[in-house]
Amino acid sequence: MVSKIGYAVAVIAAAIVPVVALVALPAWAILAGIALLIAWLAITRSGRQAWSATGVAIATIPQRLGSSSVVVIGIAGVVGVLVALLAMGEGFRSTLQQTGRDDTAIVLRAGSQTEINSIVEHDSAVVVAQEPQIMRDAHGQPIASPEIVVAAAIPKKGTTVDANVEIRGVGAEAWELNPQLRIIAGRRFTPGLRELIVGKDAVREFAHTRIGSKLVLNGQPWTVVGEFDSGDSHDSELWADTNVVATTYHRGSSVSSVTVRLRNPRLFDALKAAIASDPRLKLQVQTTRTYYNAQSAGLTKAIRILGTTVGLIMGIGAVFGALNTMYAAVATRTREIATLRAIGFRGVPVVVSVLIETLLLALAGGVVGAAIAWALFDNYTASTLGANFSQVVFEFRVTPQLIGQGLKWALAIGFLGGLFPALRAARMPVTQGLREL
Amino acid sequence: MKYFSLVWSALFRRKTRTLFTLLSIMAAFLLFGLLDSVRGAFANAGHSVVGASRLITISKVSFMFALPKSLYMRIQSVPGVAEVTYANWFGGIYQDPKNFFANEAVAPNFFDVYSEFKLPAGELRAFKETRTGAVVGASLAKRFHWKIGEQIPLEATIFPQNGGSNTWTFDLVGIYHVANRREESQEDAMFFHWKYFDEARAFGRGDVGWYIEKIGQPKEADRIAQAIDAISANSDHETKTQSEDAFQSSFVSQFADIGLIVGSIMGAVFFTLILLTGNTMAQAVRERIPELAILKTIGFPNRSVLALVLAESVLLLTLGGVAGLALAEFAVSVIRTRLGAQIPMLPVGLAIWLQGLALTVLIGLVVGALPARRGMRLRIVDALAGR
Repeated sequence: MVSKIGYAVAVIAAAIVPVVALVALPAWAILAGIALLIAWLAITRSGRQAWSATGVAIATIPQRLGSSSVVVIGIAGVVGVLVALLAMGEGFRSTLQQTGRDDTAIVLRAGSQTEINSIVEHDSAVVVAQEPQIMRDAHGQPIASPEIVVAAAIPKKGTTVDANVEIRGVGAEAWELNPQLRIIAGRRFTPGLRELIVGKDAVREFAHTRIGSKLVLNGQPWTVVGEFDSGDSHDSELWADTNVVATTYHRGSSVSSVTVRLRNPRLFDALKAAIASDPRLKLQVQTTRTYYNAQSAGLTKAIRILGTTVGLIMGIGAVFGALNTMYAAVATRTREIATLRAIGFRGVPVVVSVLIETLLLALAGGVVGAAIAWALFDNYTASTLGANFSQVVFEFRVTPQLIGQGLKWALAIGFLGGLFPALRAARMPVTQGLREL
Repeated sequence: MKYFSLVWSALFRRKTRTLFTLLSIMAAFLLFGLLDSVRGAFANAGHSVVGASRLITISKVSFMFALPKSLYMRIQSVPGVAEVTYANWFGGIYQDPKNFFANEAVAPNFFDVYSEFKLPAGELRAFKETRTGAVVGASLAKRFHWKIGEQIPLEATIFPQNGGSNTWTFDLVGIYHVANRREESQEDAMFFHWKYFDEARAFGRGDVGWYIEKIGQPKEADRIAQAIDAISANSDHETKTQSEDAFQSSFVSQFADIGLIVGSIMGAVFFTLILLTGNTMAQAVRERIPELAILKTIGFPNRSVLALVLAESVLLLTLGGVAGLALAEFAVSVIRTRLGAQIPMLPVGLAIWLQGLALTVLIGLVVGALPARRGMRLRIVDALAGR
């Protein structure tokens, strides 16, 4: 009894190392491991034995189709849920991250973490725009856009419930600051008029945002005149002229933030120092990359914790399912395995063959799960409240990295589920096994 | 009941297999308990009994816009309004942005309207008498080990002080509790005087964030809300008044469709679980065909054989389900005491247990149906002959 427990402890300890390695190692290391395994199977004597034993095992899978499919479907469930949840986090992160750049910087009031909390007085905005680190356009004007962010209550399409939609008033230099932004329908708004252009995600999500629609903002009528595609989180926003937004919302001459283009990303530190040392300015500056990364950090982390926890619990369930199946598989093949042992196959090839069988089933499950997650959720649109207390629309992104991570989980579950049955197969007394019916 | 020992011994005929299946079922129901507790916390936000007897008045533009203090007297004179109070979001940070909690500047009668926030009479008096006084919820005080008498500095993100300083210091004079444990998340907040805040802030003076009205008759909510909104109709600060429940659930629904996410995960989990336990039951019945044939030979009717197999599968699911839900209850209580209100979770209550148990029986019947039918339709001669 004591030796049995000791054996079990030793096996569990031995199992943990490869599982941790599987989850932690980068993809190339795992691929290299698989290549080594194939080389071992092809070249060495025991490798070739293992290969033919595996062939026998795989050939008999159709006889145990029902129970083998439990491994596949169980692992498909784990990988599908894991990949879908992580794809949600990844989509949100990349949408915000694409908004940030190294060569543009955002100036907020010191202490404010988001634009909606920030107020920059007109005089400060003018001083900031004149800093020498800021690039100038063809007419010699600094590329700096004083911007106002407000949240307007607009119903989501098909509902009557109001959602907070971000209205961004931008300055004349906004087009130079966002070269990636394209007008895909209609035209730009005319400065001085109550005209709006709408991001492509906002058009899809919110009511009354088609070109030609009238929107009432703070009691005043506005017209939508264009649609834009910027490929980042600005696509969830409605843009208009800063000065007109300021009038509508009684903001006076102050703005929420000033976004500037640097002559060179390396000049950021100089700009930061200049703003910090100017006694007239109570402002802080950060690159837009830092700013937007910080905005996605909290939610992305929460989703990653949720995804990993759910995946882990489901994974534990799937390991026991796989254990059941593989113990049953080894039990039904008792005679076959005993025969292999009797004709000279060693223990290691038998262990390896059962393991490879399980890993192949697990891999199939991983591929099925990732494929389902990809088919259902890649580019699936969702929205949540962002840092400015307004809706950020994003798409789930099932990236190759996430699929790779899902497959790693599948292999880890398969390894745990196959190892113990494989060892039992190898330790089975041959004579007893041959007598088994 | 007299067949219980028969079902029990059939279930544990293969101990390892049953154990592994039980552990899988446990994992599924652990997940069910945890996720449903999170979903419940979101769905429950604002759905308190008192929430129905309170209205919230915000700016029609968006809840971020302030309203003039002058509305206070006019709202109070609306028939049906028992008491009015007001609050202003402060958005201060304690030491690190990660330490997020709600902090608001409130009117002196705030705790009269929010009567579910239980504050000892002495501490309430101290709060009313201390200009820079602040009151925090018990779970927040526990999180930062705050004691009464301590000074709490908050870093302003929206409202700097007159002199330009961003640091506001408050004296902790009271700690409130919320009686209902389901609303523990309400204890993760800090309140201080609007008057002190208004005198010291650099801009926006004379504005309040929102009004809260306590009404006598929840039935009259719609009429009162319309009367309040009529006060400022066509002005430059139009209002939108709704019940506290409606306000909170519209806010939560903007975050994400939690119900859909949890529902999809649970769908995937239970689909997998049905296949897995279904396979176990099919194996168990297949192995026992000769035994079932013997039962039939000695006179068990088809119906009894069907019932025996179904009972076995329901028992399997129930054992695993109860263990999983118990584990979930334990895990939730540990998480709640360790992390307080940072993760919205309801205690695993009666509703979750009943739902979970109903699911175990349902899944048990679904999973047992095919093997049980097979057992029932056995032809004794074939089965005994091992054909």
